[in-house]
Amino acid sequence: MITLENLSFEKSGKQLVQDVSANFEKGKMHLILGPNGAGKSTLIKLISGELKPSNGTVLMDEKNLHHISIKEQAKIRAVLSQNIELSFPLDVSQVVLMGRFPHYEGSPNSLDMRICEESMKLFRVDEMRDRNYLTLSGGEKQRVQFARVFAQIWQPVQGKSRLLLLDEPLTFLDVFYQYDLMDKIREFMVENPDLTVLGVVHDLNIAAKYSDTIMLLKNSKVFAKGASDDVLNEKNIYEVFGVVVENKFEIK
Amino acid sequence: MNPNKSKAIGGILIILLVLISLFSVKFGAVTISIQEIWSSLSHILEGTEITDLNERIFMQIRLPRVIMGIFVGAALAVGGVLMQALFRNPIVEPGLIGTSSGAAFGAALYFVLGATFGFHFGEWTLPIAACIGGILSTLMVFYLSQSREGGKSSVVSLLLTGIAINALFLSGVGFLSYIARDPQARSITFWNLGTLSGSYWEGLYLVAGVTVCCVLISLRYAKQLNALMLGEQEAQLLGISIFQLKIKILLVNVVMVAVATAFVGVIGFVGLIVPHLLRMLNGSDNRFLIWAGALLGAIILTGADLTARLLLAPAELPIGIVTSLIGVPVFIILLRRSNYFF
Repeated sequence: MITLENLSFEKSGKQLVQDVSANFEKGKMHLILGPNGAGKSTLIKLISGELKPSNGTVLMDEKNLHHISIKEQAKIRAVLSQNIELSFPLDVSQVVLMGRFPHYEGSPNSLDMRICEESMKLFRVDEMRDRNYLTLSGGEKQRVQFARVFAQIWQPVQGKSRLLLLDEPLTFLDVFYQYDLMDKIREFMVENPDLTVLGVVHDLNIAAKYSDTIMLLKNSKVFAKGASDDVLNEKNIYEVFGVVVENKFEIK
Repeated sequence: MNPNKSKAIGGILIILLVLISLFSVKFGAVTISIQEIWSSLSHILEGTEITDLNERIFMQIRLPRVIMGIFVGAALAVGGVLMQALFRNPIVEPGLIGTSSGAAFGAALYFVLGATFGFHFGEWTLPIAACIGGILSTLMVFYLSQSREGGKSSVVSLLLTGIAINALFLSGVGFLSYIARDPQARSITFWNLGTLSGSYWEGLYLVAGVTVCCVLISLRYAKQLNALMLGEQEAQLLGISIFQLKIKILLVNVVMVAVATAFVGVIGFVGLIVPHLLRMLNGSDNRFLIWAGALLGAIILTGADLTARLLLAPAELPIGIVTSLIGVPVFIILLRRSNYFF
């Protein structure tokens, strides 16, 4: 679904991503791990089109990302990030409706409204639909953003597969919601087999539990990649993060 | 925000606008009776000559002035909505980011140089000069306030740059009025304080046409401006080309505000208070803010003009002084409130 070919990104003389090549298969969850400053977020921004690579290409369904207009991209690709603030007060339902913006001109139709309802229900924010977003707690805001982002890619688009990018979206959530969200993404993937999930999380336990493949980044290069069980071993973790892993917490 | 509430607010605003416009055509240095208004309107419809003095005052001075106030108020308020949405900040308005002072400078330049070198290209010269001045100053503020890293305008740098550019252009206006001869200097002073007293029908057609077009264009971009509330990155992920949006909105705003300013001078604070009052009433959806802003801006400016005429009657105050007297306290209250982040 997503292919990276010799992807590099340089900013003010510093190589933030160096020569990354990879192929991320459709319908699977691919997580990227690495210490701070390893280039994880930059890599996600290159794939979301926010940054232009200095070298190499990103292919989406075999098409060069930069030949797809940002409007077309927005119909099939959404990004879950962290800590999104609004500049003005707005009701929760209006924030969620923004997820449908790429799909309609003028006014939303009944399908757009229905998708927003379902997405709000999924993330249990439908009861706060009329509340001002700015007055919500951090965790509540994040759930509203999940509802918005899922509304954006709720339905398949003919002839194309969908992509969900994760840019450390779990950072400000407590343990319950971290696992709850990952469960929901997994359930959503079962019902929507054309959806690829690709992203960055910090928690090794979550990565081990939910991912299909893992890519380890160190010093802006790929250190290891492959099936989760093969990559996430004590030796690799020690060499990349410099920590010794003992027993994992298993959260059921 | 719910649609019924929007409709109710719209209805109330229209009634208020009609009422205040009626008051405004009726009262002033000369009070005009309803019969006189009626009779002069029927003269126009029948195409006969108006002979009565009061009726002529109504047709040639009072009526164009009131309608000019309506459109200028709408232009300034919608300009405020657009700027606040674009800069993602509730305390931005066209006056603060240099548009108005640039337009006044362009107009002053036209007055002085035009009189000195005798160039004049008809009715359009003045608004075009004001427009160029407004575009120039707004672009300067916009460009100079971008941080070198990442190209984001922080609000503090935006406002400070606005202050600096405003000072630059207003001292330019000051210089021009210093070297100007008496009649030109008086025309320049008029820009700085703002007044609707110079309104005439031809100028009104232009202001009305430009304002209506720009408001309609703005409504088309309301959805994209809403997405911008999430931040530029998130808006781009929703498929919106931020750079294009910025250029289009800035252009619409500058043309609309500069043309209005060209005819009535610098009138501050309308663009600041109007969007804010509406947000408190009914949330921040830009689709609502644009059309309701046009109505409320018209009401406030018409009210301010009426106040300016009645306060020292038969003399009158420049309207810019009245709007500043109302606007400054509101601005300070906004700065002290904590539910906005800057």
